Amino acid sequence: MSEQHWLTKPQTIRKLWIILIAVLAITVIAGLFIEFHDHFGIESSFAFYAWYGFATCVLMVVGAKLLGIFLKRPDNYYE
Amino acid sequence: MLGETVIHPGLVLILGAALLPLLKGHARSALILGLPVAVLVLVWAIPTTTTVTTTFMGYELTPLRFHPATLVFATIFSIMAFVGGLYAYRQAHIAELSAAFAYAGGAISVTFAGDLISLFVFWEIMALFSAMVLLMNRTRASGRAGMRYLFVHLFGGVVLMIGIIGHINATGSVAFNLMQADSFAHYMILAGFLINAGAPPLSAWLPDAYPEASPSGSVFLSAFTTKTAVFVLLVGFAGTWVLIPIGLYMIFYGIIYALLENDMRRILSYSIVNQVGFMVTGIGIGTEMALNGATAHAFAHIIYKALLLMTAGAVLYQTGKRKCTDLGGLFQSMPITTICAIIGALAISSFPLTSGFISKSMISQSSADTHMALTWFLLAAASAGVFLHAGVKFPWFVFFQKDSGLRPPEPPINMRLAMYLFSFLCIALGVYPDPLYAILPYTVNYVPYTAEHVIAQLQLLLFSGLAFFVLLPMMKRTLTISLDFDWFYRVLFPGIWRMFMRIGNPAWSGVKKRTLSFIEWLVDLVTRHHQPEGILARTWPTGSMVLWIAVLLGGYILLSLFV
Repeated sequence: MSEQHWLTKPQTIRKLWIILIAVLAITVIAGLFIEFHDHFGIESSFAFYAWYGFATCVLMVVGAKLLGIFLKRPDNYYE
Repeated sequence: MLGETVIHPGLVLILGAALLPLLKGHARSALILGLPVAVLVLVWAIPTTTTVTTTFMGYELTPLRFHPATLVFATIFSIMAFVGGLYAYRQAHIAELSAAFAYAGGAISVTFAGDLISLFVFWEIMALFSAMVLLMNRTRASGRAGMRYLFVHLFGGVVLMIGIIGHINATGSVAFNLMQADSFAHYMILAGFLINAGAPPLSAWLPDAYPEASPSGSVFLSAFTTKTAVFVLLVGFAGTWVLIPIGLYMIFYGIIYALLENDMRRILSYSIVNQVGFMVTGIGIGTEMALNGATAHAFAHIIYKALLLMTAGAVLYQTGKRKCTDLGGLFQSMPITTICAIIGALAISSFPLTSGFISKSMISQSSADTHMALTWFLLAAASAGVFLHAGVKFPWFVFFQKDSGLRPPEPPINMRLAMYLFSFLCIALGVYPDPLYAILPYTVNYVPYTAEHVIAQLQLLLFSGLAFFVLLPMMKRTLTISLDFDWFYRVLFPGIWRMFMRIGNPAWSGVKKRTLSFIEWLVDLVTRHHQPEGILARTWPTGSMVLWIAVLLGGYILLSLFV
């Protein structure tokens, strides 16, 4: 298979990004029409699950990166 | 056994496993595929009111009874044995398959155990045969990992046994029912259970061992040990609050270590600890909905985690490679495996229309219902984190990312069939959860598909996916492992031992010399009295009688364990 697979072409990847952003926008807009149960006084605020999911993931990735400074070793460490 | 004959499903699988290596050809194939089906039929044929008791050394044993959660766990363990057998059927060494079936039989028996002594016996059967599964990969790494694995589990067994003896001493009862974490003995039982669940501080045994098994071996291993631990925690310690922080720790430990990891099956192993963390948290919350959630999640988890490990196993089997840094671009020549991996990844992330969506949400819902704010916020963040480390990271780095140039073919037909079956179940349970809800321990008053729940979950997951691709440069794989608690027993303790030996050797040889000469003196003394003409050398038949009675009694005890 010498020629590039269609899924790896830059045009396709561009389209995929556009689709992803469109879907994200749709879920946020759909959220405006739904009443969220407010157990803790924040879940019904605008796009709560969206920003909460994004922010906590950034925190986890950065947190893992920082811990990695102390925890990572070459993968032949135990040999 | 009393009354009408009841056949113990777990023992059937253990005995059948012993038969496997003796058979050849079609008979063997028939047994591999037929035995788990027969066990599943047996599990369902026994009326759930059945109790089998027997007496052993004055203790009333209950090797078979139905706890409200028994049916769900025994069912999924049987299904797992079948699909695992199908996946392993041509490729695995017959000794591995035989050990795996005995291991599954041990797990099923644990779900039927109504007393602590039977529980302990089956617990140890699981430890031994799971170590066998691991060792049967027959590599140097699997041999060493297998011994470390066995060491941790035998240690866990000792902790559990201390607890059981203490419990029997205090209460006089061997029955295995709900306990309170209120005494030393009960803490020990809890600790013994938690070690098998992959709880801290010993969590490292799991990601250390599972990735060293054969492709099929890791599929079997992923299913039984941690989930029987979930079962016994549910029976013994439902509503024990300390399980909530322990479970939450496991959840984030799994995410963080999986994010740092490069070995594809070790990513999935950390993710087992993460998923079991959700179940342990649910058991700690302890409401009927939380316990239903933990049970349903165990059921769903066994299926999608086995599916994910099957796809990883297929890649390993076809390429011989296991590190993300060596893989990538495999979707081009393994589209079926890729799709199965994506289905498993969506299910573990609790995407709507998959099995994870209808199970995990019961746990977080119960934390909202009981007003546990911190737990709820952490569980929501963790749900996003699951998508990050297992849902996107695993398929992305194995099947997409950069092109590794590898073009392996799809795995053999039996492996594909096993993947199809579990992919189907991941979606079927997500679309139609009613049959699973019907066998949960308590009546289900939960509707998973509400507009609110679907949209909330989609926002959470899709924005987590966005975070992954935005932060992709930070996720670049490196040729590294991450230090964990196993460092203590792999580096520190052996180091201290070597140092001790270096300093202690001269002193030791002195002690050895003196001890040896003492033993020589002793042997000399005994010989003088017991030699043919010696004063104590006359025949004394009672002595040998006592020995033989001891042997007979020992045999009787062993037999009565199984009869």
